[in-house]
Amino acid sequence: MNELSRRNFLLRTGTGLSAAWIAANWPALLSAATHAHNAAKAATPPKFEFFTTDEAVEVEAIAARIIPTNDTPGAREAGVVYFIDRGLATFGADDQKTYREGLPELQARVKEMFASASKFSGLTVEQQDTVLHSFDENAPTAGRAFRARPGAQNLFDTVRLHTISGFLIDPEFGGNHDGVGWKVIGREREHMFQAPFGYYDKDYPGWQPAAKEADKT
Amino acid sequence: MTADQPRYKTSDEVDFVIIGSGAAGGILAKELSTNGFRVVVLEQGPYLTEADFTHNEIEILAQDKLTNHPKLQPTTVRKTPDEKAKPQRAVLYGRCVGGTSVHFTANFWRFHEIDFIERSKVGPIAGANLVDWPITYADLEPYYTKVEWEIGVSGLAGASPFDPSRSKPYPMPPLPVKSSGVIFERAARKLGWHPYPAPMAILSQARAGRSACVNCGFCLGFGCEVGAKSSSLATAIRMAEKTGRCEIRPNSYVHRIETDANGRAAGAVYFDEKRETHLQKAKAVVICANGAETPRLLLLSANKQFPNGLANSSGIVGKNLMFNIYATVTGLYENQLNEYKGYAVSRVLHDFYELDAQKVGFYGGGGLDARIDFTPITFAFGGLPPGTPRWGKDFKAALAHNFTRTMEVACHGTSLPVENNSFSLDPELKDAWGLPALRLTYKDHPDDLKLTNWLLERAHEIHEAAGARRKWSFPVGEQQFGVHLLGTCRMGNDPKTSVINADHRTHDVKNLFLCDGSSLVTSGRGQPTMTIEALAFRAADRITALAKRGEISA
Repeated sequence: MNELSRRNFLLRTGTGLSAAWIAANWPALLSAATHAHNAAKAATPPKFEFFTTDEAVEVEAIAARIIPTNDTPGAREAGVVYFIDRGLATFGADDQKTYREGLPELQARVKEMFASASKFSGLTVEQQDTVLHSFDENAPTAGRAFRARPGAQNLFDTVRLHTISGFLIDPEFGGNHDGVGWKVIGREREHMFQAPFGYYDKDYPGWQPAAKEADKT
Repeated sequence: MTADQPRYKTSDEVDFVIIGSGAAGGILAKELSTNGFRVVVLEQGPYLTEADFTHNEIEILAQDKLTNHPKLQPTTVRKTPDEKAKPQRAVLYGRCVGGTSVHFTANFWRFHEIDFIERSKVGPIAGANLVDWPITYADLEPYYTKVEWEIGVSGLAGASPFDPSRSKPYPMPPLPVKSSGVIFERAARKLGWHPYPAPMAILSQARAGRSACVNCGFCLGFGCEVGAKSSSLATAIRMAEKTGRCEIRPNSYVHRIETDANGRAAGAVYFDEKRETHLQKAKAVVICANGAETPRLLLLSANKQFPNGLANSSGIVGKNLMFNIYATVTGLYENQLNEYKGYAVSRVLHDFYELDAQKVGFYGGGGLDARIDFTPITFAFGGLPPGTPRWGKDFKAALAHNFTRTMEVACHGTSLPVENNSFSLDPELKDAWGLPALRLTYKDHPDDLKLTNWLLERAHEIHEAAGARRKWSFPVGEQQFGVHLLGTCRMGNDPKTSVINADHRTHDVKNLFLCDGSSLVTSGRGQPTMTIEALAFRAADRITALAKRGEISA
């Protein structure tokens, strides 16, 4: 499903739409475990449950380009790689293959594009972005100097889904370490709120019938 | 789960077994047990409580903690009866005690007078099986009022000039307005329309031991952790339990209605959590399993005496399905709205409830509201404008800027009843219990698609008048997925063209009653739950009267 049709579906499916869309599109994903949260919080992170250390380095490098660290925190600071690892080790096991088979394909793409390199994580960030752009839907296919790599494509799409989820989930549930993802998007980390909520309702004078209606009565 | 609940044996012939504990089932359980009857409610899902209702988007949304599960309950989809249906998710509904009312948005519009008499007012419409209801708005008005006062609805009577007549004001003032509501209200008034505070089944004030809404922001799609959302779980089920005559039995998947030699319903056959089969005996059966599962259960109950399925001598069980239409225009504003705070919808308008078909060129009507449908994660996938990069620093910058500055204008409206649009049993696919899977056949009536496009234009005009920095929507396509499951066992006086009569009694089986979205004859303008609940209160009165006159067990 491409992005437009995904959105289309999302926008058309009625009041259950968020749930429906996620359910229809989400490869049975990541646990709500607090494990990843604790892992990112710990001074010495515990061992990964699914990833080898090498794999974790590569996945984190990809995640860090999907939501990069600049003047604000990114996927790295949100502990996304721990969130993904925990998910894959538990009931997100359906996606294990995507990672295990996709990573070598991704490294093959890296070598095709940068002959001297051997690992995605070893590239400069500009080179990393060039590799990831080759998986964009609108990436030019004509004249590509490299082979189609469906496993790597699938890996990139899946890491993207998992990275964004791990960045924005309620910090209580295993990602978004220290609420950095919510800080980035401007969501206050409170459990409840009071009106006024935003700029446009703060000076609302209270409900008044429309002038025309008031005249009628 | 309160200690007051009785535990009936399956061999006890209770007065009523109710299948489903949602919007209708919860109210029938409360009313019938209050009226002195012994009631067992069989709910296929688990008994979750407020403590289970977290803000975990993955658990609640992606893993279907509150809703039907596509792996256990696969479905198939096709557009027309001559196609072979393909496995695809067809419906979303609540699968826990309280049903869909646990996770719904809680928009509580009454139907208007027109919704009950469209056929006589507009005449036949090509390709639509449009008929009048056997009851009118006036018949249902006292029960709408009952819903507002007993279940708890916030709103402002008289605020909309298009509202139908009412016998009593709302029991509580509207919830506090959101920034989206203010933007919507000011723009709509500029256009000469009549926005008003949305009636919502969410408490604006503490009431009956329940908290007022705390504006946590995880509302649509989530269960309410403080019981402010007026779900059946937070209201009617609790009241039913307090009577001491009603047992709620969760994890009970009813798959057949047993009938006796006289063609009467004898009880409900269900799988328990361990997949062991039981028969709960009852003097009468009330099915409130929703517009998909109610017809499916009737079809699954086919036997020698009822070869087309139970209560299906008309052949229309499962047919005339209506989803309502739904579309949104998203807008981006200069300053922060912070729509993530609070419930979903604070302003609505009904200027287009009854469109002039001659003028617009199609039949239908609808409403517009101001809202946000997104959680933080779903916003990242569906809330950014077209052309936004999908990853990287510009993606991150767009998320950071837009999340607090985005709102939607949503369009809700009529679906015309079309006989081919239906739920039926898939001839091949089975669910996790080995039963035939639900099959959807659906192709929107052409007028429904025209209506969607027409309402979308009005939604664009609101963003335009409001000075949105940017606004966008996506092309309208045919629906292949439903959350409003309406019309599939319609009410009517003629046993040849309807499944239940005005008392919700099936024409064919005298001690079998149906009440839920399947009972609706027309789809209204997009918010059916209020009407389903009013029908449930009314059905309980009718069924009680029949039972007290000895006309059910005779």
